[in-house]
Amino acid sequence: MPNATYIALIPLLPLAAFILLGIFGRKHFKNSAGIIGTFLLLVSTALALYTAYGYFFDYGKVNGVYQKLIPLQYNWLQFSPGLSIDIGILLDPISVMMLVVVTFISLMVHIYSLAYMKGEERFPTYYAFLGLFTFSMLGLVVSSNIFQMYIFWELVGVSSFLLIGYYYDRPSAVAACKKAFIVTRFADLGFLIGILVLSFYSGTLDFNTLIQRLTSPESSELKTAVAASFLGVSALTWGVVLVFIGGAGKSAMLPLHIWLPDAMEGPTPVSALIHAATMVVAGVFLVARLFPVFSMSAPALEIVSYVGISSALFAAIIACTQTDIKRVLAYSTMSQIGFMMFALGVSGSGGENGLGFTASMFHLFTHAMFKALLFLGAGAVIHFIHSNEMKDMGGLRKYMPITHITFLIACLAIAGVPPFAGFFSKEEILLAAYQHNSFIYWIALITSGLTAFYMFRLYFNIFWNKEHEPQGEHHHGEGGFAMMMPLLLLAVGAAAAGFIPFGHFVSSDGAALESEFHFQFSIAPVALGLMGIFTAMWLYKTKNNKPDKIAVSLNGFYKAAYHKFYFDELYQLITKKIIFNLIGRPAAWIDKNVVDGFVNATGSTTQTISEKIKGFQSGKVQQYAIYFLAGVIALAVLFIYVWK
Amino acid sequence: MNELFILMKSELLVTGLLFLLLFIKIGKGIKNESLLLIIQSLLLVNFIIGFFFNKEGNLFDGMFNTNGLIALQKSILSLGVYLISLLFADWFKKSEHMAEFFMLMLSALLGMFFMISSGNLLIFFLSLEMATIPVAAMVNFDLDKKISSEAAMKMILSSAFSSGILLFGISLVYGVTGTISFAAMPAVLDGSPLMILAFVFLFTAFAFKLSIVPFHLWTADVYEGAPFATTSFLSVISKGSVAFIFMATLYKVFQPMQDVWYNMIMLLSIVTMITGNLFALRQQNIKRFLAFSSIAQVGFILVGMSSNSPAGTASVVYFILVYTFSNLAAFGVAAAIASQTGKEKIDDYKGLYQNNRFLSWVLALALFSLAGIPPTAGFFGKLFLITAGASKGNYMFITIAALNMIISLFYYLKVVRAVFMDKNDFPVEKITIQFSTKLALIICSTGIVLAGIFSWIYDYIQALS
Repeated sequence: MPNATYIALIPLLPLAAFILLGIFGRKHFKNSAGIIGTFLLLVSTALALYTAYGYFFDYGKVNGVYQKLIPLQYNWLQFSPGLSIDIGILLDPISVMMLVVVTFISLMVHIYSLAYMKGEERFPTYYAFLGLFTFSMLGLVVSSNIFQMYIFWELVGVSSFLLIGYYYDRPSAVAACKKAFIVTRFADLGFLIGILVLSFYSGTLDFNTLIQRLTSPESSELKTAVAASFLGVSALTWGVVLVFIGGAGKSAMLPLHIWLPDAMEGPTPVSALIHAATMVVAGVFLVARLFPVFSMSAPALEIVSYVGISSALFAAIIACTQTDIKRVLAYSTMSQIGFMMFALGVSGSGGENGLGFTASMFHLFTHAMFKALLFLGAGAVIHFIHSNEMKDMGGLRKYMPITHITFLIACLAIAGVPPFAGFFSKEEILLAAYQHNSFIYWIALITSGLTAFYMFRLYFNIFWNKEHEPQGEHHHGEGGFAMMMPLLLLAVGAAAAGFIPFGHFVSSDGAALESEFHFQFSIAPVALGLMGIFTAMWLYKTKNNKPDKIAVSLNGFYKAAYHKFYFDELYQLITKKIIFNLIGRPAAWIDKNVVDGFVNATGSTTQTISEKIKGFQSGKVQQYAIYFLAGVIALAVLFIYVWK
Repeated sequence: MNELFILMKSELLVTGLLFLLLFIKIGKGIKNESLLLIIQSLLLVNFIIGFFFNKEGNLFDGMFNTNGLIALQKSILSLGVYLISLLFADWFKKSEHMAEFFMLMLSALLGMFFMISSGNLLIFFLSLEMATIPVAAMVNFDLDKKISSEAAMKMILSSAFSSGILLFGISLVYGVTGTISFAAMPAVLDGSPLMILAFVFLFTAFAFKLSIVPFHLWTADVYEGAPFATTSFLSVISKGSVAFIFMATLYKVFQPMQDVWYNMIMLLSIVTMITGNLFALRQQNIKRFLAFSSIAQVGFILVGMSSNSPAGTASVVYFILVYTFSNLAAFGVAAAIASQTGKEKIDDYKGLYQNNRFLSWVLALALFSLAGIPPTAGFFGKLFLITAGASKGNYMFITIAALNMIISLFYYLKVVRAVFMDKNDFPVEKITIQFSTKLALIICSTGIVLAGIFSWIYDYIQALS
């Protein structure tokens, strides 16, 4: 068994950074805050790697199957005799993998920010928030109890709210962090109700027990959960679908994705951390964590697959039209997460059927590498140009050689060109889809072609296209060592991570899964990817008017995609126009006109009298008494005659 | 004889305090500041003694009951009164009639103690009145303000009306069952239409005190007109005490009619949450805002109450403890600002953070807790209420309650945004806070943070209920 103390330190060290920098940062660590935060996280990362090594190669495997270990468990709240909330650490292949991913990416972001955020007035606060976020995310992935996960889930929401709203003097940042918070809160509500439903039927909140009770065919809990139904759907399905809604909110799945593009208002390294590698994949992680339960309900899995695939396609189309480079990356993230989701949706549980599960986790792993790299590269470009817009860029390859090469590697990886990391994981996803659902497979194939196109559209627009005209103020070059080192490290990951025999470590049942490599199968996606790349090259490598012509010829569709298919407007309509007008206004109107209005009407007839004793005999109190009496009578009638 | 002193110790202690204050007042010669200090210490003693010498038992043929849970409920109320005496120190010191204010408050508290302990309808009615009439005088305590007197008149008239209906209900109950003792009643309740009518009358009296829609109309006017100290007393202590006795009556006395009252509670809970939330959305005055939001909170208390189980009792008591901390903190901050600048509009709170960091953080924490955002205690409070309510398996009801939690987020965050993010050319200037106010705000904030994290608090309440 592993030693629980040092595993507990992995999340606790970032928390220590948060407390230390949050309280004393401004006064005592004005300049050294970054170093302190980074150092603590470095220790955390080392411990995470050590844990991963120990788990995968030493104590984790028993008889060829990876075990679920609980090295630490503390009974926090005894809810009722059978139901308790525990705080604990659960080690299994996916949580160990996530520990490594989260600490590693967060470390890269910490190092990168040393240079990127230098000179910011609230530098210590920034590092304190980063520490809080990393703590919450790590706490989330090791949760041994669904309720513990929910608490950390909310903490992740709060800390991302703080980070997105870091530039709190910008109205757009304030609006964005609020939007992110409120949209995800709606989704979290689904999660909470889902937890209540699942725990009601399984009688436990503990992951292991819950999964065991709701999956073994002879358990009585499973039978009641399947037999109970609400609106014609079984309680089990309701439970997991509600949990999935929570996951979909955090992972920006259609139609709860509207917060993600706006959240790009935060500092760019934050986007790399939150919106590439960690928070947005929390939803995928949640589904993976409860995957055995999901796999007991076919309709739930269908929902997961179709939400995933439609988000993937939809986001890819929008990404082709955006001009703000961070927004392109945001939509591409949404699209890639869609891939991970539908891979889970088409997966079965156990043995060969579990290919989709492994593929999804594999893609999560490789995506973390190359998407963080893309965001950090974009950050370097923005740092250099002082703009997010593509039209201000172009021809930067000579000025930023390191950024250029690493960005190219990341683009090749996400486009699925062999031998980069994205190729392997995407192949597995496509294979899993091909084996289970050919419709999803074809859409996914098209989407992966689109992915290659929009990524290279981005690449060519930044680094090629027109010639760059230096305006005399670019004295700082590419940014120092602190910014380049994470890029290089991540580039190594994006290039090489694909060669890890992932199926040996992570699979739906813990036993090693031999992933086969089908040469013929890869031809179609790679060919499509290359086609996307060449189309992008033809359109964007040099400055020309072809893209505009195409945009004109696709007028309506292009416009719709450019405006993100008017999703924001729809939400605006619903919240501002419908909710506000249909509920808020009438309520205020009744308050103003019916209650006050009646009083005013009474008042005007007896104005002279009421002038002297205004308010006292205004009739209001009688009015209240009448309402009171009406309430009494209504209740009495209702419960004596109607609702017996 | 000895037993009487032990069982009634809270009531006797408060009575003693009342007389002490009376003598001090007659004697004169004590400055307001030292008098306040004396009162604060006495109230602290009162709160602490609440935890000792607790014994279960009843007196006067079951007219008066007490047990561990009831003692705890009384302690929560005492704590609230103690916090009020600290929070509004600024206002108390300026007042000419401070001693009277505390006498009125203690009389009301005494009434509440008897009410919680009451074992038959007669004692219940008397103590309910005792808990109400002094409060009306407290509402009128801003003597130079017309709006304050108007509020007091509205309150006394409305509650007289409500009492009338309550008495009608009590007489019908006696007519049907032939008893007014709580203990004897369950056996003779028959659920006949006449009994339901009587029950509705009783029910509405509780609903009036708790500001359940549609019996809530007095609330906003009274809250707005009353001084802050009274408003917070009304919204926390009064509400809490009525909720305790309401729950006890429903669970113990009207248990045979649970199908009727479950539906009634569900219906009114939904209406109350929705109305409270929608009106709170539109309020501009901070007192009216807190009034409507507290109406919505009562809707949530009903959710927990509907469960009709020990878990329901525990969740309601826990929630009221948390609510005491959160609401008093919010009122304390609002009062500190109003007493020095006269500003009560939410728009005036824009940019508060620029000059008043401490107050801003306390207010934000309080509002987060009221909104039920984790990890504040308010979240756990709501969670326990909803979990208790969910044990009935009525998911529609629970879903509506949960949706209302989200709606309430909008307006609570609106205030927080105004405090931290909105620009204001003339923000509230730096406010000097009295030491005791600061102490109370710190106690409240600590309570908001720790009551959720320390699980033994909930465990303790659960063990009692």
